[in-house]
Amino acid sequence: MSTLAVDSLTQVLAFTDEPPQLLPARQQMAFTLGFHIILVPFGVALTSLMLIANYRGLRKGDADSLLLAKRWSKVAAVLFAVGAITGTVLSFELGLLWPGLMGRYGAAFGFPFAIEGLFFFTEAIFVSIYIYGWDRLRPWAHFWAGVPVALASIGGAAAVIGANSWMNKPGGFTVRGGQVVEVHPARVFFNGAFWYEFAHMLLAAYIVAGFGVASVYAVGILRGRRGRYHRLGFLISFVTAAVILPVQMIVGDTIARYVFASEPRKFAAIELLPKTGTHVPETLGGILVDGEVRYGIRIPDVASILAAFKPSTRIQGLEAIPAEVRPSDRIVSTVHLAFDVMVGLSSILMLLVLWFAWLMWRRRPLERQTWFLRCCAPSGLAAVACLETGWMVTELGRQPWTVVGHLLTLDAVTRQGNVWPLFAAVLAIYVAVGVSAVTVLLSMRKRWQAEGDTGVEVPYGPQSGPRLADATAESER
Amino acid sequence: MPDVVVSFLFIGVIAYSLLAGADFGAGFWDLTAGGAERGKEPRHLIDISLGPVWEANHTWLVYCLVFLWTSFPTAFAAITTTLYLPLGVAALGIVLRGAGFAFRKASLRTPERRVYGVAFAVSSLLTPFCFGAIAGGIASGRVPAAGGGDAITSWLNPTSVLGGVLAVLTCAYLAAVYLYATAARLNATAARLNATALVHYYRARAFAAAVGTGIVSIAGIFVLRADSPRLFGELSGRALPLVVIAALCGLATMALLRRKVMRNLRVLAGGAVALVVLGWGVAQYPYLLGTHVTIDEAAAPSSSLNVVVGVAVVAGLVIVPSLILLFRLAVRGRLEPEEH
Ligand code: HDD
Ligand code: HEM
Ligand code: HEM
Repeated sequence: MSTLAVDSLTQVLAFTDEPPQLLPARQQMAFTLGFHIILVPFGVALTSLMLIANYRGLRKGDADSLLLAKRWSKVAAVLFAVGAITGTVLSFELGLLWPGLMGRYGAAFGFPFAIEGLFFFTEAIFVSIYIYGWDRLRPWAHFWAGVPVALASIGGAAAVIGANSWMNKPGGFTVRGGQVVEVHPARVFFNGAFWYEFAHMLLAAYIVAGFGVASVYAVGILRGRRGRYHRLGFLISFVTAAVILPVQMIVGDTIARYVFASEPRKFAAIELLPKTGTHVPETLGGILVDGEVRYGIRIPDVASILAAFKPSTRIQGLEAIPAEVRPSDRIVSTVHLAFDVMVGLSSILMLLVLWFAWLMWRRRPLERQTWFLRCCAPSGLAAVACLETGWMVTELGRQPWTVVGHLLTLDAVTRQGNVWPLFAAVLAIYVAVGVSAVTVLLSMRKRWQAEGDTGVEVPYGPQSGPRLADATAESER
Repeated sequence: MPDVVVSFLFIGVIAYSLLAGADFGAGFWDLTAGGAERGKEPRHLIDISLGPVWEANHTWLVYCLVFLWTSFPTAFAAITTTLYLPLGVAALGIVLRGAGFAFRKASLRTPERRVYGVAFAVSSLLTPFCFGAIAGGIASGRVPAAGGGDAITSWLNPTSVLGGVLAVLTCAYLAAVYLYATAARLNATAARLNATALVHYYRARAFAAAVGTGIVSIAGIFVLRADSPRLFGELSGRALPLVVIAALCGLATMALLRRKVMRNLRVLAGGAVALVVLGWGVAQYPYLLGTHVTIDEAAAPSSSLNVVVGVAVVAGLVIVPSLILLFRLAVRGRLEPEEH
């Protein structure tokens, strides 16, 4: 290998051109994180829904609730396994794609991932115990074995967010001679952005899991499965999401003001604002072309009012960012549109929640509200879209920095080899894993409809036939 | 403190070698079990014995990665920018393997099962080979301090190939011993089970794998002497007692296998592997990379080290008991006695 390659780690800052690895590395990171994040709500929140159903079932001696809890635990196990697999890939990628980031700042922000690992491990173990525990543990002992699952997943999410929010609002470390020489772990973890991001993500997880599960049962009811079981499945999940969504909108609004106050670069991109000014209009839709806002609808003064309740609020525009580190028009437009999609879809979901509240108030029987159920069917996808676009705002809004103010993305990226083949392989495998996961879930559902709860084996779960001869006979069928 | 961190890191490496090693080895036997009909029983035993814990095992790997990047960030970056090819293959292998195993369990139809099974088995071979090769590359000093070392020869060299082959073989050996023990236990406890054939099946394979590992290890002495003189020197010096005890453990397992004695079998087999890995660690000390980067030079600031050590201690307190609970549950098939 050439001396250039050998020197690359120590001298990356000297490069200003864009390395060929940057594009595929970013695409791969975005794709794999975007994939992983869909699974997170199920680890975090589906397990809570499962505990709610379990609790109800035990309190009221309700077999339907218990059956829901049992099935949700198995769905959670399958999705948890996929989450674990894709998460492991992420930890490889942090090293393979972003050695500049890990090599220089691993000492500062690497440890939250250790905490995540701790929580994750705990969660994996108790998922196993919980699934094993059905029919093997006494009912309440079994319920309590499920509680660490939900708690550990929240802790895990907090840890990962600790790392991510640090990249947005780095602090708690001292650099000397290009090396991190001092670290204050608490200030790294509880950086300025942590609580905002954590609260928002946690609520998002409940919203995604809630609407996601509700979608499934809405479709089931529309297809004529009108029993109490489906009704309960819909209600437990939908009500959870419905209660949390308004809170999330308030939290989101608070975060937007926080971003205005302390991440002005990102806020300028969110508001699609080239020039600093007061009486800034809110632009709905629209993109940036050659530094000018095109298309889109402008509502006078609203952005300024939203930022600090006064039309005279001064908002910093993109022009205030030094030209070398100003995000490109493409990135700004994407951040802005992603933000619009997140807020737009949340508002539509909010209307759905209000419709539901009205139906309940008028005591309308759910099964006959065909139009309402039809509108519920895509609500899970809409929630996932909020999740994805929200992350696009956060991650793309940080560009061109990986660690804001400290490390440019083009200095974080690897300089070795060709990243495209790895990306292609990851893409192919993830598509296969995604398709398989869906197929497996569908076939689980089919078997549940056909033969009840026996015969469905899941990762983490026990073998349904512990005796070899029986089980072999079963797989011959 | 760096030494403490390295010890914790090495605990992770050993745990991963033992636990995931048995996992990977199961994939090896899955691959060699023959067609769907012939291989059904051996494969089913693999499903039964590894089902509940397969996944938690891989957390040890993440634990090692996290420890490395937090405590020795520049060395970590040097490793990933040099050994990115085997690391990439290993990562892909782990996804394929995990997915293959998870979905095979959840799907009943044979054609689907076969696809997932093949994914599981092939990646079970590739991944340990890559890890062995990575270890060889690091140990033989092929990772430059600044990273960006040769992408090919850093892991396709005599020491790495030796490491890779040994890794695959020890995995097969561990798995066969565990599977043999499981089959024997099922045979003894489940009255209606016809596992006698399986007991013989895995006993023969455990023995063969032990012999294979022994032969390659002996050949390895010569490879190391030629290719990594320093490593060889320390292995035959400071680390010699460990290597000798490891060899004795290996011989003892073979004796037990021949005489069909189950007592201590798994402990001895695991011990042999753990001691070899430990021997590598002792031989390499005080260097983190080859003979040019010491542990102290590569260490992160002490507060980072303190945090990870703290996390590791908490992990030990929380996870070890839960894990023991789970392993017992997996082995006994029930949880009741421990829970109350
Ligand atoms: C179901 C999901 C969901 C819903 C309904 C909303 N969000 Fe959101 N949003 C997220 C899911 C999300 C997220 C994916 O979880 C993000 C990415 C990072 C984060 O902390 O949360 C996010 C980020 C995010 C950010 C960027 C934070 C940063 O970069 O530090 C802002 C300003 C908002 N959101 C604002 C809102 C507003 C004003 C909403 C409603 C009116 C809203 N979000 C609804
Ligand atoms: C702790 C969590 C996370 C960490 C440590 C992390 C880290 C990173 C890193 C290192 C990059 C590449 C460097 C860069 O482009 O700035 C990146 C990019 C990106 N991440 Fe995150 N990320 C996290 C969470 C997420 C999540 C959950 C998503 C979900 C969608 C996401 C979406 C993206 C996207 C879209 C990019 C690409 C940006 C681009 O095109 O440059 N991130 N992230
Ligand atoms: C609680 C729900 C979550 C689960 C079950 C989960 C699962 C996992 C798993 C299993 C890993 C591999 C690490 C290991 O085995 O210890 C991982 C890593 C990762 N996860 Fe998640 N994750 C969760 C939350 C999140 C969130 C909220 C984000 C982003 C905001 C995220 C982003 C990442 C990243 C960047 C990694 C790679 C770094 C690492 O090794 O820890 N995860 N996740």
